Amino acid sequence: MSVIEQMHVGRPTSRVDGRLKVTGQAQYAAEYAADDLLYGYIVGSTIAAGRIVSMDLAVARHMPGVVEVFTHENRGKAAWLDRKWRDEVAPPGHPFRPLHSDRILFDGQPVALVVAETFEAARDAASLIKVAYDVDPHCTELERKRNEAYVPPKKRSGIPPPPDPRGDAEQAFVDAPIKISRDYRVNPEHHNPMEMFGTTCVFEGDGKLTVCDKTQGSQNTQGYVTSVFGLSSDDVRVVNQYVGGAFGSGLRPQQQVFFAVMASLELKRSVRVTLTRAQMFHIGYRPDTYQTVSLAASDDGRLQSIMHDAVAATSHYEDYQEAVVNWSGMMYHCDNVKLTYQLAKLDTATPCDMRAPGAAIGVTALECALDELSYELGIDPLEMRRINFAEKDENTNKEFTSNALMACYCEGAAAFGWEARKPQPLSMRDGRELIGWGVSTGMWDAFLQKAQASATLKDDGTLEVATAASDIGTGTWTILTQIGADAFGLPLKDVKAKIGDSSLPMSPVEGGSWTAASNGSAVQAACDALKQSLFRLATKMANSPLSDASFEEIDVKGHRIFRKDDPARGLAISEIMHAGELSELTEQGKVSPSLIQMMKYISYTHSAVFAEVRVDEDLGVVRVSRIVCAAAAGKILNPKTARSQILGGVVMGIGMALHEEGMTDHRIGKIMNANFGEYHIPAHADVEDIEVIFVDEKDDKVSPIGVKGLGEIGIVGTAAAVANAIYHATGKRVRDFPITIDKILSAPQLS
Amino acid sequence: MNRYDYVRPDTIADAIAALNNPDARALAGGTNLVDLMKYDVARPALVVDINRLPLKAIDISDNELRVGALVSNSELAWHPEIRARWPLLSSAILAGASPQLRNAATTGGNLLQRTRCYYFYDPSTACNKRQPGSGCSAIGGVNRIHAILGASDQCIAVHPSDMCVALAALDAVVDVEGPQGRRSIPFSGFHRLPDDEPDRDNMLKQGELITSVSIPEPHFGVHHTYLKLRDRLSYAFALVSVAAALEIENGVIKDARIALGGVAHKPWRDFDAELALRGEAADTRVFETVALRILSDAKGQGDNDFKIDLAHRAIVRALKQSAAGTPQDQADKAIQ
Repeated sequence: MSVIEQMHVGRPTSRVDGRLKVTGQAQYAAEYAADDLLYGYIVGSTIAAGRIVSMDLAVARHMPGVVEVFTHENRGKAAWLDRKWRDEVAPPGHPFRPLHSDRILFDGQPVALVVAETFEAARDAASLIKVAYDVDPHCTELERKRNEAYVPPKKRSGIPPPPDPRGDAEQAFVDAPIKISRDYRVNPEHHNPMEMFGTTCVFEGDGKLTVCDKTQGSQNTQGYVTSVFGLSSDDVRVVNQYVGGAFGSGLRPQQQVFFAVMASLELKRSVRVTLTRAQMFHIGYRPDTYQTVSLAASDDGRLQSIMHDAVAATSHYEDYQEAVVNWSGMMYHCDNVKLTYQLAKLDTATPCDMRAPGAAIGVTALECALDELSYELGIDPLEMRRINFAEKDENTNKEFTSNALMACYCEGAAAFGWEARKPQPLSMRDGRELIGWGVSTGMWDAFLQKAQASATLKDDGTLEVATAASDIGTGTWTILTQIGADAFGLPLKDVKAKIGDSSLPMSPVEGGSWTAASNGSAVQAACDALKQSLFRLATKMANSPLSDASFEEIDVKGHRIFRKDDPARGLAISEIMHAGELSELTEQGKVSPSLIQMMKYISYTHSAVFAEVRVDEDLGVVRVSRIVCAAAAGKILNPKTARSQILGGVVMGIGMALHEEGMTDHRIGKIMNANFGEYHIPAHADVEDIEVIFVDEKDDKVSPIGVKGLGEIGIVGTAAAVANAIYHATGKRVRDFPITIDKILSAPQLS
Repeated sequence: MNRYDYVRPDTIADAIAALNNPDARALAGGTNLVDLMKYDVARPALVVDINRLPLKAIDISDNELRVGALVSNSELAWHPEIRARWPLLSSAILAGASPQLRNAATTGGNLLQRTRCYYFYDPSTACNKRQPGSGCSAIGGVNRIHAILGASDQCIAVHPSDMCVALAALDAVVDVEGPQGRRSIPFSGFHRLPDDEPDRDNMLKQGELITSVSIPEPHFGVHHTYLKLRDRLSYAFALVSVAAALEIENGVIKDARIALGGVAHKPWRDFDAELALRGEAADTRVFETVALRILSDAKGQGDNDFKIDLAHRAIVRALKQSAAGTPQDQADKAIQ
């Protein structure tokens, strides 16, 4: 076998956890077994604002099998101070405390937890609880609160506020010959990963809890549980080995983990609490956002002014924030930019990060507006984007560590066949179907977060790499295995990754597309340290064939350490371990962003998305027949799982363009389509041909392993590309997402 | 979901006896009832599992199809002879739900499925269908999927079935058996409009069980179609659907059937409008006129105002498809 063939990184690799998942052996949070397990069922409020006046619990309490009913009047002991309830990713404000008081802040807010010997008994009893409310006026309609919008006084950690204005965007807008100003709206979306939130809290009996939780961060949940319940981190272990999707909804500890732990501590038994699909709609969501984008250009298409204003929904108790408008200041070169971002409070739960939070909707508005401007100018929409290419991040004046966006345009356009596009709307058809082609740029952060890992060689020659990362379906198990395998020249079967456990080396939550870069680099660092350690042991052995070698001169492969220039001169790892009387050898590795580098450089992932739609000319039925997404994301560790990430993002982008929408009855403050029958996500029939291209991009600064991350870039720009294609097909511009059949039929036709 | 008693009778007589109880519900495929129980919308004291009853036969004679109430939607839709001789029925079934649901759902259950009105499914809201006299939250609320024809001030829900739209167009007959014996109900008289009793979806009496559905063989040849428009290309209830069939001789319409789904409390047929088509040319002008006529009393509720225009367009297109002999292929998401 040649050296090239042995490399795992960069090779399409099937998931190492795939077999466990498809055979049902991978255990999810609500599947962990525990002796004497109790089941909790949450009762939600049926009003959006007000107070609980009384609760009739008698029938429920007397149901056979019911052990306890918890309400705000008998909730278990929990922290008093607000800060004790704050988790790693909490926005500013007062974190929600389940059963804290009689106060109702949003529809579906938990008002009781029924705990019973069986799930069925708990659910049945829950349906018999009667709650009387004193109802307060509420508002769940962003439109009505726009005039009360405010700049959040306290910034959310990790989310850059809009940059200060540069130049004079207003004057430049007035002065420019070609301009547009348009309003866009993306309706609220709900994450709805396949696995619903669940926690099995195993009461170990020795003062310890094992909390099997659906979360994107075992250590974040551990911190929350210990802080809220005043427990020692030695006594609380959080396990999230397998996570059936999350899309950001699992970044913050959700209500079920509070309930499972509280009930377990109170009843001194193991307790499982799961959310129903309907209850999944009452936790965080992608906030309703109104946006206005004003763009002006000179006749040659160069942008002279960019203004982007957004008003987004948040709750009454927290100022959830995301970077919606910032992208408009850095995606294109422009000297006159003014961006604003405001919040308005609604009687809903606090929104939360949902796949490419901020960018997914902000870039949609910008990219639709840019498309509109390109028609005003009579310039090809792709050319428009090339003309305005930004050489650096003009928001921060920093250099990009790499930026292969031009190559994304080029390779994406070639694969799509963009040069055959007829520029005029309504100019391409196939029978009764109008065909349209649209394009969008995509952009997302390439973060490196602090992370740690360990690497352990066993005396049987196998390797174990460990970090408290989470795999929410992204392929983390696999890429960490690949990195370890390459470091020691091992087949994948000889490498075991350990993740999804708070007792493992420190990891951030799995989010922001940073896990591959951060935890991957930490594993690489641990493996490097382990190799050094192995080398030192090897050189110290009596009569070592490597005694005169330097570290740079050796390699490790196939359970041996040897000289690169003379592979016969080396030692079996087992010999070294044996000589040192070691059963295993462990080293730690860690990474953190370079603050010095960050003063000069900034990193982003880029993409170009091309969409073809077919729209029935009479009926307005839209089919997305083709998407090409060309992404530049640094080194691709595993083209197979990486492609899946882009596919998933693109499908979600199609959903944003055409389907997804939480429909609230604002009279009662309730989401009415809280189920998969009526909350539409793309079905198979809505997804046709998607081609993913990874543009070659080498970046030695973004992360030690040259990786940028891929979890989110696939959704960014997709909705805009589809909307722009619909305009090209029909001459109808719909600025209110999702673009449903009624909006297409009622939109004014291009004259 | 509440606690309930469960029986599984072996004979129709035993089933009818068990069902002669206002708190009993028949369980067949369970694709709707079990959902409703999980949502606490249905809280039966007794669940009568009818899956052992001898109602699984498909009988095809010279000019009639008789489908047992427990025949699954999949078996019916994919039956070779039904695909050949009752293609409109097969097509409508395949336009609905998903393969998994069609495998479980039954013929009788399809007729008896409840509305998908958001408020009907949410026991915390007012709904006259769920709780008579409580009011209708859908009026003035989120009503994108609601009725434009035949609604009352008590209820604006729609019947969600696709199969029933085809059965209405094909003049099916529902065979039922109950404590008072057997009777047959013409399809157009099986489901009902809400009027002031929206809790009643159909004309079944207490204890009555659907045993089969009979469908005469149609004489429309290739001149039929089932056209369904919805919020995604599969697995969504119809915003508007049209089952259309034409008998054409020398370009002139001899007979016409037009049934609409997604627009009313029952599959909607306008017999006068169909009669008026007889003797007319099978052309777009005529189709536009009949669409206007069918929708002349249509009334929107706000969110669903668009359905009036959409239904008009769908009727015209479905009639064009029928006239051209190019029925909509449910596997092809492009509309012919």
